[in-house]
Amino acid sequence: MSSEWPLFEVFIRGQHGLSHRHVGSLHAPDAEMALKNARDVYTRRNEGVSIWVVESARITASSPGDKGPLYAPSESKIYRHPTFYDIPDDVEAM
Amino acid sequence: MYAQMVKTAGHGIKPRDRMTPQERAFQDRIDAGEKIEPKDWMPDEYRATLIRQIGQHAHSEIVGQLPEGNWITRAPTLERKAILLAKVQDEAGHGLYLYSACETLGVSRDELIAMLHAGKMKYSSIFNYPTLNWADIGAVGWLVDGAAIMNQVQLQKTSYGPYARAMVRICKEESFHQRQGFSIMMKMAAGTPAQKRMAQDALNRLWFPSLMMFGPPDKDSAHTAQSMAWKIKINTNDELRQRFVDQTVPQIDYLGLERPDPDLKWNPDKADGKGGFDYSDPDWAEFFAVLKGNGPCNTDRMKARVDAWEQGAWVRDGLSAHAAKRAARSAQQTAAQ
Repeated sequence: MSSEWPLFEVFIRGQHGLSHRHVGSLHAPDAEMALKNARDVYTRRNEGVSIWVVESARITASSPGDKGPLYAPSESKIYRHPTFYDIPDDVEAM
Repeated sequence: MYAQMVKTAGHGIKPRDRMTPQERAFQDRIDAGEKIEPKDWMPDEYRATLIRQIGQHAHSEIVGQLPEGNWITRAPTLERKAILLAKVQDEAGHGLYLYSACETLGVSRDELIAMLHAGKMKYSSIFNYPTLNWADIGAVGWLVDGAAIMNQVQLQKTSYGPYARAMVRICKEESFHQRQGFSIMMKMAAGTPAQKRMAQDALNRLWFPSLMMFGPPDKDSAHTAQSMAWKIKINTNDELRQRFVDQTVPQIDYLGLERPDPDLKWNPDKADGKGGFDYSDPDWAEFFAVLKGNGPCNTDRMKARVDAWEQGAWVRDGLSAHAAKRAARSAQQTAAQ
């Protein structure tokens, strides 16, 4: 039996000005075919103006177990949000 | 329902006091409405059940192309042909979204296809019925896709992230499928007496198989409780079936067709006084026979799938060889520079 085509992740820019967003994945023999397949599988109704494909194996992802060490430190830094600061109404737009 | 009779792995619902701390934390996440993602820890039974359910769902989309593909070359107008082509292409896309979702659980695409071809995985019983004439294409879109939507809308809330996201995409696209089917039925029901007879005949033949899509009655679905606790099933088979009947009977009346079952009568006492239509049960013996492989088209459908896979092997191999050659050449060029 032939070997399976590699898996690619597909990212689509929905409209001009927006960033590419992950929409799903598909198998293809190479990146060029992945792009063609992505057009058929993920943009049958004008969903995009630009497509990125990347081989899934090339993506490095954080693991769910690292959630604490990665994101907990920013939880206590509430001074990073504008609402932390009490500015009198008299100051108006800021 | 595109996934019927999915056997839940394990031995019934696990009481909380018998869960390991890990299992308890997992159940808490589900109860809190959190989505489970591919890399998260999950019980083996949850994973195994989802592979069966999503795999069966994917296979149904792919096999479901066959009864409709049968009519692409014989569509009555160019417009209807273009519409049917688009619909069948959508089904292929839906199968691909679902295979991808299933693969995130650690099973490969080739393994899923091999299991289907070996008869170790199933697809929906509905696709083992033939599409005998053009009215059947209308009835399939209207009833079969209607029943599928009924199932899929609730699955958008399922606990497994990739499955839920695939369902959102599918539901967005599926509504055109049902409407194009109903539009065919409207045309035929308002056509010549012969066309109206065809529409009635298609409704009569596909009504009970459509009811079977939701799976066996709740009293015979041993696996529902655990799957519902895991939120990979949101409503019971009978709930969805009743919803489908209540939605569809007024549409039958609108078309001016006869109700395909003399027992289809409004019952104001149903659903705690909210009312609902009474209906006759489908022939469950027939349902189990079709699932076992003895429906009118089981052999044809599997043969078509296996032939497509085997006869397409040279294309897959050729494209792989081409990709390998190009990769080697570009590596050589990089080395030479």
